[in-house]
Amino acid sequence: MNNNEHIPFINKALGKDQSSLFRPSRREFLKLGSLAAGGLLIGIQVKCSGPSKDTSTFSPNVYLSIDKDSTVSIIAHRSEMGTGIRTTLPMVLADELGADWKKVRIEQAVGDEEKYGDQNTDGSYSIRMFYEPMRKAGATARYMLVKAAADSWDVDMKECTVKDSAVSHASSGKSASFGELVEAAAKLDLPNEGGVELKAFKDYKLIGKDVPIYDLKDIVTGKAKFGADVELPEMLVAVIGRSPVVGAKIKSFDKSKAMEIQGVQEVVQIEGSEGIAPGLDKALPGVAVLATNTWAAIKGREALQIDWDLGENQDFDSGKQLSEMLQRTAGEGQTRRERGNFAPANFLQGDAMEKTYLAPFYAHATIEPPAAIANYADGELEIWAPTQHPQWAREAAAAAVDLPVEKVRVNVTLLGGGFGRKSKPDFVAEAAFLSKAMGKPVRVQWTREDDLHHDFYHSHSAQRIRASLDGSGKIYSWNHHTVFPAIGATSNPDELHPSDGEMGLGALDFPYNIPHIRLESHESKAHTRIGWLRSVSNIHHAFAICSMLDELAEKRGLDPIDQVLELLGEDQTLSFEDEVKGTFGNYGEPYEKFPWETARMKKVVKKVAEAAQWEKAKREGKNIGFAAHKSFLTYVACTVTVDKDSKGNLVIPEVHYAVDCGVAVNTDRVRSQFEGGAQFALSLATSAITFKDGKVQQNNFDGYKIIRMPQAPKKTYVHIVESQEKPTGVGEPPVPPFIPALCNALYKMTGKRIYELPLSV
Amino acid sequence: MKNFSIQVNGKSHEVNVPEDMPLLWVIRDIIGLKGTKFGCGQALCGACTVHVNDEAVRSCTLPVSAVGDKAVTTIEGLSEEGEHPLQEAWMEHIVPQCGYCQTGQIMNAAALLKKNPSPSETQIEEEMAGNLCRCGTYNRIKAAILSVSSST
Ligand code: FES
Ligand code: FES
Repeated sequence: MNNNEHIPFINKALGKDQSSLFRPSRREFLKLGSLAAGGLLIGIQVKCSGPSKDTSTFSPNVYLSIDKDSTVSIIAHRSEMGTGIRTTLPMVLADELGADWKKVRIEQAVGDEEKYGDQNTDGSYSIRMFYEPMRKAGATARYMLVKAAADSWDVDMKECTVKDSAVSHASSGKSASFGELVEAAAKLDLPNEGGVELKAFKDYKLIGKDVPIYDLKDIVTGKAKFGADVELPEMLVAVIGRSPVVGAKIKSFDKSKAMEIQGVQEVVQIEGSEGIAPGLDKALPGVAVLATNTWAAIKGREALQIDWDLGENQDFDSGKQLSEMLQRTAGEGQTRRERGNFAPANFLQGDAMEKTYLAPFYAHATIEPPAAIANYADGELEIWAPTQHPQWAREAAAAAVDLPVEKVRVNVTLLGGGFGRKSKPDFVAEAAFLSKAMGKPVRVQWTREDDLHHDFYHSHSAQRIRASLDGSGKIYSWNHHTVFPAIGATSNPDELHPSDGEMGLGALDFPYNIPHIRLESHESKAHTRIGWLRSVSNIHHAFAICSMLDELAEKRGLDPIDQVLELLGEDQTLSFEDEVKGTFGNYGEPYEKFPWETARMKKVVKKVAEAAQWEKAKREGKNIGFAAHKSFLTYVACTVTVDKDSKGNLVIPEVHYAVDCGVAVNTDRVRSQFEGGAQFALSLATSAITFKDGKVQQNNFDGYKIIRMPQAPKKTYVHIVESQEKPTGVGEPPVPPFIPALCNALYKMTGKRIYELPLSV
Repeated sequence: MKNFSIQVNGKSHEVNVPEDMPLLWVIRDIIGLKGTKFGCGQALCGACTVHVNDEAVRSCTLPVSAVGDKAVTTIEGLSEEGEHPLQEAWMEHIVPQCGYCQTGQIMNAAALLKKNPSPSETQIEEEMAGNLCRCGTYNRIKAAILSVSSST
């Protein structure tokens, strides 16, 4: 079993942008959703770079329709989990089209690989991949409407302008709404692509501005539909007792007490995955209690008696494994990148420093716990789920009930947070299986305890960095050891080293100009399900690297910002290829298209120093820390100030981020991702999942702590570099630099360096 | 199972449920109002916040038998069309990210403002501490509440 194709940052990239327009049939359109299929229908098939499991079929379609009442309907094929993508991509199309944004309807796509290509909303790449295609689709529709208008007025197309869903011709004073033009436009041939011109950047009305999210009103009035909010007639609710230890098997169970609970209808065993590598897309073994309401199902599950054969992970102790991992980093590992001549003598000459860094497991803990609704009837299956990856959900559900994928329809609800958790479709497979077993619609409801006990965790990690200085005090060598159970091990127990993909997240792409660099990984086993969480291994890699750099700067008597600028060196495009042993993933993008440019990082570093008044803050003795880290192709620098209140609690008065993400498409959502990213990262810095006897020790938010309003940074300022470079992602990049910037600030306050997370504050 | 007559958003509902069923599940599963959310079931996250006689209450741990004839208000009953000043402030500040926690946040803030129409920043932080947001919208929530509190 190999699930790698679904892991967003491990996938190979596709070469070129190409696209072709087509005209979908009305029937096809109607099948896509409740789009009005009256007026002008346009589909654009795009070949774009980005992660894909099979490059030959990666050709997502963008669909739009314009109706006779000028309503523009756009299909959103990416999942909305809080980033604003469901708003932002259609907004790009609408802006290019010249549509009145108030008259745009957004329709959520079902999971359909043939139509939409890879819909996995993960890896911060939606904007990166679809910015261009969305503009092309909008420009094409605009072209056709203008042509229809110009033809009927007998004027030159070039003299026509488009604004607020209308085409007008100034000198003749003629004007027509989109609605009035669609009939004629629909009869025109599709333009060839060369005939379609994109607007100049300055002419955009929405792109580069603050645009409110589409679902805003529904959310604040409680009308927005999340995973558990779909109601079907006769639906049962399932709450499941799952294997407490990964690899455990059911010996026997007694359902009699559960069946006594009023409302409980049936108890069903789920065979689920087998063994210690349960995969990323299978249900865990368990026993489901199905009831007429959630409460009865919860009580029924409590009353279940399940006798488990706990299997080989029953002694797993995360603390113990972490110390073993740390030990291992002292030895020789597998070299993943090498520059210069790395004889041991080289890095131990002169002044040397060696530090170790430990970080724990993390759970995603979306406030909406996983939930999915399935309705199996007449050999077809319909799903409603908050899924980041509707196609994988479709495949997993089809496999769970032995149906071909064509017989499965996956409706994507809003997601109450995702962060990587909801790309794994195990909970969807559960719902599918149970609906078939019961012959009724079923909602599988996870509780918070289920969520914390059965997540796909971000790995704990141990790292060791040895650095040496040359005679003149410059950094001469950098030897980074990293070890953490790999995501791949969840599907294949023999994967003992992190993949190139995981190493490429903040370790292989270490950008600094140091003559001798060696990166080594070490073996470790996975004893639980490992997954990816917002920014993935960048979290621990940035923690170690940026903490170490801060300490080295101090040792060298340098300001950490000056040091980073020194280490970035001349303005140049870096190249990693010759030094990296495996594949340099570059987040699925061709390196030439998205290279590592030191000038861009220097710019955000300088920008944050200026905005945070770094020099002044230092002079005034403020506890301010700094870190810079590029991830998901976005350049980020960050400062954090810390203080204590009268009760001795940690206070974070100010966070500054400077970010270069190319074109900031929806500036408000870029800022909100960074504001939220700081808070998310602060929770990571202060919380942990631990295992004892193979089981997770935290049960709910009292054990696994998410920061609360009083702890949140008082102010988070986001300084966006104005840029017309290709846009890159912003969902994940805020997270990595925050933690080391915080640790570096805490050091100023306490005089103690932080080598181990979680912080005790 | 027992019969209860509970008042939700000004309407009386007859429900036949076990006495220990939390109000949350009565609201969601029995009455069918889905704006009140489930996040933890242990009064730790605030996603399920509703008003019981104008007080913010975590409905996930309040057994239906304890509700009596008190008036329950859910997000659907806070205003007709989303024109409560807080809902408007939430839109003005584009507070939500995923949005899942937000109905609970708004209900908690609305109860807070009823008690104290012009809370200080620190009071807001303390009063809102029971409502988690994993997406990290705390700054905007605070700004939205402050904008309403100073304007009244
Ligand atoms: S669900 Fe009630 S407080 Fe979390
Ligand atoms: S907006 Fe997502 S949990 Fe608050």
